Amino acid sequence: MITLSDIPPRGGAGFAGPMALFVLVLATLPLWIAPIGLYEYLGIEIAIWILFAMGFNLLFGYTGLHSFGHGAYLGIGAYAFGLFQQQVMVSLWGGLFCAITAALLAGAIVGAFLSHRRGIYYALLTIAFGQVFWFCAMKLHGITGGEDGLLGIPRPDLIIGAWRVDLNDNTNFYWFVAAIAALAVLALWRIVNAPFGRVLQAIRQNETRARFVGYDVWRWKWLAFTLSAGFAGLAGGLFAMAQQSAYPDVMSLHQSGLIVMMVLIGGGLVNFWGPVLGVVLYYIARDILGGLTEAWLLWYGLLFVIMVMVRPEGVAGLFHSLKQRLPRQASVTKPEQA
Amino acid sequence: MALFRAEGIQKRFGARVVLENITLSIEAGSVHGIMGPNGAGKTTCFHVLTGHHAPDAGRITFDGRDITGLKPHVIARLGVSRSFQMMNLFDDAVVIENVMLALPAFRAISGRPFRTSFGDSRLIEAALEVLDQVGLAERAWHNAKSLSYGDRRALEIAVALAAEPRILFLDEPTAGLGAKATQNLAQLIRRLRQRYTICLIEHDMRFLFELADRISVIHWGQVIAEGAPEALKANKWVARSALGEVA
Repeated sequence: MITLSDIPPRGGAGFAGPMALFVLVLATLPLWIAPIGLYEYLGIEIAIWILFAMGFNLLFGYTGLHSFGHGAYLGIGAYAFGLFQQQVMVSLWGGLFCAITAALLAGAIVGAFLSHRRGIYYALLTIAFGQVFWFCAMKLHGITGGEDGLLGIPRPDLIIGAWRVDLNDNTNFYWFVAAIAALAVLALWRIVNAPFGRVLQAIRQNETRARFVGYDVWRWKWLAFTLSAGFAGLAGGLFAMAQQSAYPDVMSLHQSGLIVMMVLIGGGLVNFWGPVLGVVLYYIARDILGGLTEAWLLWYGLLFVIMVMVRPEGVAGLFHSLKQRLPRQASVTKPEQA
Repeated sequence: MALFRAEGIQKRFGARVVLENITLSIEAGSVHGIMGPNGAGKTTCFHVLTGHHAPDAGRITFDGRDITGLKPHVIARLGVSRSFQMMNLFDDAVVIENVMLALPAFRAISGRPFRTSFGDSRLIEAALEVLDQVGLAERAWHNAKSLSYGDRRALEIAVALAAEPRILFLDEPTAGLGAKATQNLAQLIRRLRQRYTICLIEHDMRFLFELADRISVIHWGQVIAEGAPEALKANKWVARSALGEVA
């Protein structure tokens, strides 16, 4: 079985190519998405979910902590953004800051309860907390608007110096979301390949060993959870802008399961880029299969089952093993000076 | 003065008393052996001494400092390092990464999320130096999983060494090793004892009697005999208990 650590320990070669491709696709998307029969709003959704999925994989794939309630932090970000616009002031950066902060805070509190658990107990607790937040969103009518959610959330203008961009225009909003997603991916790449990320991976491989070489495992698990909740919050804030509303369904168990499925199918367990593939595949399946049949989720579910049975490493794992069949160099590059 | 002391350690799991009353005193610079039959409580004793379990009674001091009930990572940072009987490695990582993760210098920069890790040649050199001590420097860039059983044992010790300990606890380092590998390990421990205080659990009595300055024999969760190897050889209780004849 191949794993995340098969990524060469030094950044650079393994990253530059895929990142260039990723940026190229993001940057040219508005030019070709309509001609191939899809629509621009899909690009926005994909970019937001890439952000969510990549942040989630920091916890799921890298630290090996299985959260099945991560939709909650997406939802908290969405509500926080909406409430900020409606109750405080209409401000893009203020709203996004508020979305991230709220999700970080919720993640920090929940993380404190989770971090001395592992395995199935960890997973069950994440579900339980996810349901608590969902329930709050449903019942706190006065704040969240109950089942209807918050409606009419504005998309504030992007203002940089004298430059003012109207984000109500979907193309402009797409550029904005795509830029944030690209920056987040860059940041995550640095994080997972820094000693910081290496320790997270070490904890995934062997918690006990990590503890006995001096790492405060509790604190690291807590940090991973909080950080990934923060990314979810940012994605949630952008999602509230995209939908111009925030509603309980965003934080339902269904959404939480979806993100797990995307990351697994894409191959987040074995590859940094796995979540990106998973998100793209999901949305393509939804729009193309969905155009053919109403029962597209059935087919997608079957795809998931087959994937788990024959290729548990996901799509990225498939590429990986294809590459390994070719004449290959060592998967780990040795620094010249050593 | 003793570098590491345990007094009156008791550990229960539910109604089962595993450690009744353990008192140990490990001199700085010595090799201290622990022997006893299966199920005597040797590994539990290590778990308690290194913080994996908190003792129900008793007191543990390291270098004059009370470390009773401290968390394992805190004890590890003070300079108490250990290997495991059942191997505990970072299996998905390359050999050198296993060692680097344990280096205090690596731990010191690990809190900064944007530091690049493998570019730092000083860390790589430090890790290679540790690997060289156990004879694994040439395998540094292999996957930990791909190593032979004996080499994995050596890596287990290398990880413990990388933490820059002052005392090293080795839990049955010869378990599963052939005669040749056991000889190599004995040589390694002879080299290591010049730099570290060592406490080891061992079933292989010849191995232990050859290396240890002092040996504690644990049975029924108690230290039933203690002394220099020569003195213990004469003790019939020790011989019989080590063979598992005392039940």
